[in-house]
Amino acid sequence: MSLKKVSKEQPDKFKFSDENLDLAKKVVSNYPTGKKKSAVMALLYLAQKQNNNWIPLAAMKYIAKYLEISYINVYEVATFYSMYNLAPVGKYFIQICTTTPCMIRGAYKLVDVCKKNISEKENELSGNKNCSWTEVECLGACISAPMAQINDDYYEDLNTKQFESIVKDILKDKKPKAGSYRGRVNSEPEKNRQTLLENKNA
Amino acid sequence: MLKVKVNDIDIEVEEGLTVLQACEIAGAEIPRFCYHEKLSIAGNCRMCLVEIEKSRKPVASCAMPVTEGMNIKTNTKLVEKARKGVMEFLLANHPLDCPVCDQGGECDLQDQSMFYGIDKSRFKENKRFVPEKYMGPLIKTQMTRCIHCTRCVRFATEVAGVPEIGAIGRGEDMQITTYLEKAMESELSANVIDLCPVGALTSKPYVFEARPWELKKTETVDVMDAVGSNIRVDTYGWEVKRILPKINEDINEEWISDKTRYACDGLKYQRLDVPYVKKGNNFNKISWTEALKILKNKINSTNPEKIAGLTGDLTNMETLFACKELFQKVLKSKDLESREKNIYINLNSRKNYLFNSEIKGIEKSDLILLIGTNPRYEATMLNARIRKSFLKNDTEIFSLGDLGDLTYPYKVLSNSTDEVKKIIENNSDISKKIKNAKYPLVIFGESALTLNSSKYMFEGFKKFLNENNKINEEWNSLNIIHSNASTVGSFDLDIVSKTNDTLEKINNNFFELIFLIGQDNFSFTKKNEFIVYIGSHGDKGAEMADLILPGAAFTEQDGYFTNLEGKLQMAFKASYPPGEAKEDWVIINEISKLVHNDILFKDKNELLSAMHNYLSFSKKNELSSLFKEKYISEKIFTLPIDYYHSNVIARSSKTMNECRNIRTKPKKTGTEG
Repeated sequence: MSLKKVSKEQPDKFKFSDENLDLAKKVVSNYPTGKKKSAVMALLYLAQKQNNNWIPLAAMKYIAKYLEISYINVYEVATFYSMYNLAPVGKYFIQICTTTPCMIRGAYKLVDVCKKNISEKENELSGNKNCSWTEVECLGACISAPMAQINDDYYEDLNTKQFESIVKDILKDKKPKAGSYRGRVNSEPEKNRQTLLENKNA
Repeated sequence: MLKVKVNDIDIEVEEGLTVLQACEIAGAEIPRFCYHEKLSIAGNCRMCLVEIEKSRKPVASCAMPVTEGMNIKTNTKLVEKARKGVMEFLLANHPLDCPVCDQGGECDLQDQSMFYGIDKSRFKENKRFVPEKYMGPLIKTQMTRCIHCTRCVRFATEVAGVPEIGAIGRGEDMQITTYLEKAMESELSANVIDLCPVGALTSKPYVFEARPWELKKTETVDVMDAVGSNIRVDTYGWEVKRILPKINEDINEEWISDKTRYACDGLKYQRLDVPYVKKGNNFNKISWTEALKILKNKINSTNPEKIAGLTGDLTNMETLFACKELFQKVLKSKDLESREKNIYINLNSRKNYLFNSEIKGIEKSDLILLIGTNPRYEATMLNARIRKSFLKNDTEIFSLGDLGDLTYPYKVLSNSTDEVKKIIENNSDISKKIKNAKYPLVIFGESALTLNSSKYMFEGFKKFLNENNKINEEWNSLNIIHSNASTVGSFDLDIVSKTNDTLEKINNNFFELIFLIGQDNFSFTKKNEFIVYIGSHGDKGAEMADLILPGAAFTEQDGYFTNLEGKLQMAFKASYPPGEAKEDWVIINEISKLVHNDILFKDKNELLSAMHNYLSFSKKNELSSLFKEKYISEKIFTLPIDYYHSNVIARSSKTMNECRNIRTKPKKTGTEG
C-alpha cells in the first residue's frame, strides 16, 4: 500500500445534507462536551457516503470547522485509514480481497476480470465513470472465499463467470443480488447445517 | 521525593519526573530523538530504552514515570543491544548522504550512530524515497532523511500555536508535511530546524553555506525587538552566516523568532562603508578627514539651539550615552530624543516604563489585559510565553480591539478609551476580575501611549492597580511592551527631550542641523536642514542625509542593551565593521575631539564606568508633568507593524523580503479547498 493520492480535481464546496447534519449532531453528542473532535472518523464516513464514496478536501475543511480542529488533524486521519477514499471511486466501488485464503481460492482471477472490464489499473474509473476497483487486505469472509465487496455488500463464493456478470451488471448501473453465489446461507455448509441441529439458535 | 537506583547509584528525585530525567540527574546519558524537554512526550523513536528491574522488556524511559524503589540500568548488555537494534531500524531508511547534508557535524543521528550504532547494515532492500515538501522560504526539506520523531509537529501545535504540520499516511509511507504544502504561518517557524534531530528540515537561506566547525561562535543578544533574546552568532570571516538561539529560561527559553534568526543576511547588503557627502542629488565618497571637516564647519556656524539629534532603534547604550554627553557638553543642545513617536512616558521611576511582571512571570499569571498592543508582532517571544501561560493555567486573556490570530483565544473588548475609563472607575466586569485575580497582567503597547488620553489611561491604571494591591514587592501588574531594542536603554539614560517638543520642532523645520544616530524610522519633510546620518545601513535615514558617517551594526561592536524587563545585557562583537566604517561611540568621540579639541572618553572603559555610574543614580525626572492629563473618548487602534520590515537590518534582508511577500501573496497550489 502506498500513500493515497489526493485527487487533483476537487469540488469547491461541500456541505452536509440535512439528514447527515442530524446524524452528525447525534454522533457529536455521543462524546463528552469539549471532546467533540473524537467524532472526526464518523463524520468523515458520513462525508464519504454523501459524496459518492470519496472525501474531497472541501469536506475535510468543512469537518475541521464543524469540530473546531485544525485542517491538518482531519487530513492526517483521512490519509491514515485505507477505507477513506481521497479520489473519486465511482458510484460502485469494488474491493477484492486478495489475502491468502482468497488468493488460494482464485482472487487474482477476479482481479483479471476487473482489469478486463473496468480499468487497467487499480483506483481508476471505468469508461463510463460508474465504477472502480481495488485490491484490499482481508475482509473477514475467508470462509466464502473468493469474495469481493461492492459498496456495503459482500459478494461471496464467486467464480470468474459469475463475477464477470456481476461487473457487467454494475457497469449498466444494475445492482445484482448480494451474498453467496453458491447458494449458501451465511457461513453454513453448502447443504445447510450439519451439526448442532437440536440447538435452534446455534 | 522518590528513592530510585540508577546503575547502582542511589538518588532521590521529585515525583512526576520520567525515568529519563532521573537518569540524567544521576549522570547517566540516555540517547534520544523524539524526547524534548519543552515539548510533550511522544515516545515513538524508542532510542531511550533502558532496563528496569522486574520489567520483562526494555522500557522507553522518556515516557515512563519514576516510581518508588525503581532499579534502573542503562549500561547492561540488553540496553546496548536494544539501542543497536533501534538504531539499525532508524538507519534502514535513512540515506547515507551525510557529506552533502547541511546537518552534518551537528546531527543527532550522526553523533548517536557513531556512539550506539553498528558499522554495517543488514538492510538489502531499496531505501524509501519521500518527495520534498514546500514549507515556506525558511525551511528546506529533504524528507527522505526524516525519522518521524514528530518534534516539528509537536512544536507547531504546542509552542507556535499554528497546527499546520502533521504526519500523513502511515507505516512506511508516513510523511511529515504542512497542510497541502503551504508555508507555515508562524513567526517561530524556523525553530523546527533546530529541533529536527536529522537533516530533514534544514535552513533554506543557509543551505550549503558552511560547516559548523568552520564557524566562529559568539554568544550575544538580539536587537530585532525589545525582548532581547539570547542568541549565538556564527561568523565565517567577516560575514555573519547564521544566528541560532541560546538558552535563557528567563527570556526566550530555547526559541527565537524568524526575524531574529534570518534578518542576519541584511548585515551584508546596503551597508555604508565609507563616508558620503551629498552634492546635488548624488552622494559622493569622501575621506573621514574631509567629512569631519565639513561637519566641524557646520557645527561651528550653527546656533546650539538649532541643533537636534535623534537616536535610533538599534543603537546600543554606549553610543546613546556618548551622544548624551556630546549634546550636553560639546554641542550644548537640549534636543536629543530617542522616541520616534510622541509616546507618553513617565521617567520618575524605572517601574513606569518596564515590563514589570517579567517574561518569566507571565507563566504564573491568571489574567491578561492587552491595551493597544499586538504582542505577536511586537514581541514574538513574549507572545509565546502568553500562549504557554494560556496552555498551563487556562489564563483569561482580554484585548481592547480585535487583533486577529494571536495563537491563543482571547476575548475582544471595545477598542475605545471609554472601556479603560470604565475599568479604572470600577464600573466593569473586568475591574472585578482584575481584583480577584492573583497575578493579573495589564500590558500597554506603544499604540495606546501615543493617544491624547495616554496619560489618563496609564496613570489611571497605575492608581487602580495600586489601590487594589496589584503593585507590590512581590508582583507588579503594570507592563509596557516596547517595540525597539534601544527604547528602555534610552529611557534609563534619560534620552528624552526635556521640553518634549523636539519632534514637533523637527516637523516644523525649526532646526538647522540634525543628527540621525541610526534613526531610520522617523520621517519628515526636509527643508533647509543639514542632516548628518551616523549608522550602518543605507536606508531611509541615509537617504535624507547630507553627510553620511558609516557606523557599525550590532554584531560588529560590543554594546549594552536593556530589554523590556530592564535586564541589562551585553551584545558582543562577532564581526568587524566593513570598509572604513567605525564603531558608533568612536565616531561620536571623534566629533567631540573635532569641535572641542578634546575627546569625551579616553577609552571604552572610561565610557563604561561613566555610564554605569549614571545608571546607578536614582531617577528624579519630572517629565510627565509636561503631558496634559486629559480624557477624550477616542478609539485605540493597535498600529499595524510591518513585521518583516521593522528595522534597517530586516529591510535590507532578502530573506525577510521573501517572507513578507509570502505573507501578502500566498502561493497558489491549485488545490485550494
